[in-house]
Amino acid sequence: MPAFPKKLLWVLLALAFLVPLLHPLFPDVVSDYRLFLVSTMIIAAIAVLGLNLLTGFNGQISLGHGAFYAVGAYTAAVLMDHLNMPYWATLPCAAVVCFIVGYLFGLPALKLEGHYLALATFALALAVPQILKYKWLEGLTGGVQGIVLNKPEVPFGLPLSEDQWLYYYCLVTMVILYWAAANMLNSRSGRAMMAIRDQPLAADTMGIDTSLYKTVTFGISAAYTGIAGALSASAIAFVAPDSFNIFLSIKFLIGLVVGGVGSLAGSVIGGIFYVLVDNSAQALSMFVKNDLGLQFDLSAYTVFGILLIVLMYLMPMGIVGGVYLLMRRLRSLRG
Amino acid sequence: MKTKRRTFVAGASAAAILSSSRAAFAQKKYDDGASDTEIKVGNTNPYSGPASAYGVIGKTIEAYWKTVNEAGGINGRKVKFLTMDDGYVPSKTVEVVRQLVEQDKVLCMFQTLGTPTNTAIHKYLNQKKVPQLFVATGASKWGKPKEFPWTMGFQPDYHTEAVIYAKHVLANVKDAKIGVLMQNDDYGKDYYEGFREGLGKDVGRIVKHASYETTDPTVESQVIQLKDAGANVFFNIAIPKFAAQAMRKAADIGWKPVQYLNNVSSSVASTMKPAGFDNVQGVVTAQYLMDPTDKQWDNNADMKMWKAWMTKSNAQANLTDASNVFAYAVTFLMHETLKKCGDNLTRENVMRQAANFQKFRVPLLLPGITVSTSPTDFYPIQAVQLSRFKGESWELFGDVMHAEST
Repeated sequence: MPAFPKKLLWVLLALAFLVPLLHPLFPDVVSDYRLFLVSTMIIAAIAVLGLNLLTGFNGQISLGHGAFYAVGAYTAAVLMDHLNMPYWATLPCAAVVCFIVGYLFGLPALKLEGHYLALATFALALAVPQILKYKWLEGLTGGVQGIVLNKPEVPFGLPLSEDQWLYYYCLVTMVILYWAAANMLNSRSGRAMMAIRDQPLAADTMGIDTSLYKTVTFGISAAYTGIAGALSASAIAFVAPDSFNIFLSIKFLIGLVVGGVGSLAGSVIGGIFYVLVDNSAQALSMFVKNDLGLQFDLSAYTVFGILLIVLMYLMPMGIVGGVYLLMRRLRSLRG
Repeated sequence: MKTKRRTFVAGASAAAILSSSRAAFAQKKYDDGASDTEIKVGNTNPYSGPASAYGVIGKTIEAYWKTVNEAGGINGRKVKFLTMDDGYVPSKTVEVVRQLVEQDKVLCMFQTLGTPTNTAIHKYLNQKKVPQLFVATGASKWGKPKEFPWTMGFQPDYHTEAVIYAKHVLANVKDAKIGVLMQNDDYGKDYYEGFREGLGKDVGRIVKHASYETTDPTVESQVIQLKDAGANVFFNIAIPKFAAQAMRKAADIGWKPVQYLNNVSSSVASTMKPAGFDNVQGVVTAQYLMDPTDKQWDNNADMKMWKAWMTKSNAQANLTDASNVFAYAVTFLMHETLKKCGDNLTRENVMRQAANFQKFRVPLLLPGITVSTSPTDFYPIQAVQLSRFKGESWELFGDVMHAEST
């Protein structure tokens, strides 16, 4: 898939940094709650980005990225709770822990292809919440009770609200991770990763160490998702096993497919899409019931499902793919 | 400066007149979420996901407010009940509660359901000074007015209930050897810890402690373990499905301990009947609400009123589900709290009124059980009555027991 136009990227980035400063002008539009919601979108986007590195660029399917997200969140929470580590220092720690876990999981995953790998990762996602409750780990993880944390405080006496600061914190993290991913993909290693996805046999013949690349990609992908988890621990200020159920992994997969498999910009759009639609589906079903007064009990998930089907029908290549297709058609019409 | 006696008296009476006149022509005072026409009440419930069986509570509460609004509302104001699905996922609860508080601007949160989900919003709501009233969880941590002055529970907490069982065991069973079956989560642990505390120095009487996960297919092997450990008392901390399995299995393998069953599973329809009435004679539990499937309440005025309301205003709901009784009772209390607020609908006053019930009778509570709160007591219901299963229903015995929780 073609890369995102650079100019547009810079404009979007500048906008993203400026928006919270508009708060005094439009206090109701740029509210703390909206910024918090955008922060959760950014976090989802980072997690989907991690999954995209593995599935979109390396061709390994994972239904279990919720597990790495949980490991990242718990790493951050335990470090903050037991060692009083500052919240920003937990990000690299979560990345390292998740890289190791992902790498180790990637080793046996080498023997599994396609659907079998999907099932193995699915099992991982099912197991992690149970493991977090395990009695030997309870002292560390707080068992089912979880761990209550503090929200990141605004540093250096900056005149920002907690949510504004959280927004910048998430945004900067995402920009760095996005930049790193874009550079990695545009290098020898990135091309090797994609070669393995497209033609594993040919890649092997060319002298690419496929098993090394696959396991390391698994590790990097897990690290990305783990960082997202660590950010979410700070944003929500609470971790509990119930937050990391199997739907979380499915949610990342939906974000990936909707945004665009194998597109970095698509990951970001996918993350945003998921949070947005998930929330508006509920608002829509409430609106139908309360304001329109229809005695039509439409559950939020029904609305969500319908939206998803329509979208997949209209844009089978995801949003980014759909937009490119549209642009190409327009261009050919003009030409 | 010296204050003369006369000036003092004059000043004092002027002040008295002023304050009394203020009471007489009380100004309408509103916080976010309240106006001349409307009171916004927020709620979260798991309408989807693994705990969606509890979703009926939200639906019944909604039906209750609808009835209130059709009858003219509370002091002329309609209740706008905004209930959101959080799927029992704490991170989602934070999201939707922030939306309710910051975008929809509700006056208070009411009956948010679940222990982990309420834990996730506990600090937030207290920082924002938004009432988190009558939460739907039996954990013991919701009644701490000093640290969390904006949060209040409703039902007797699991901890207290378990202490009562422990005391009953010690007083009534000679040479008790106790086997405990426990669901491995916060609810199970709350009970288990309360039970251990109630036993005190006799905690060694627990000879076996077996746990299960909600994902397990059966608890049969756990029951066999308890029997093999030589237990003659069985404390059953399980949700209805597993509680019934366990009691049935105990009868099948010829194990006849003195049985204590947690209140969570006291429903005749969903626990006792599936376990087989023959197998559950003499089982002891503690109750605070009337069970709709228990025949002894068929002629009770409260129960008749509830059943009539259910068939008229909440027709799609299940008449045998005790959750609907619970929802009605707790919403009645919220209704009363808002009524008492009068025209002073500030968050502070909502909390003040919620913390100001003296032996208030809520329909569908067992006879003799009332709601009492105060600025230092944030546990509305703290009394239960033990009952023993006989024939096809529960038979209350002994006195209503009041327990002060920690």
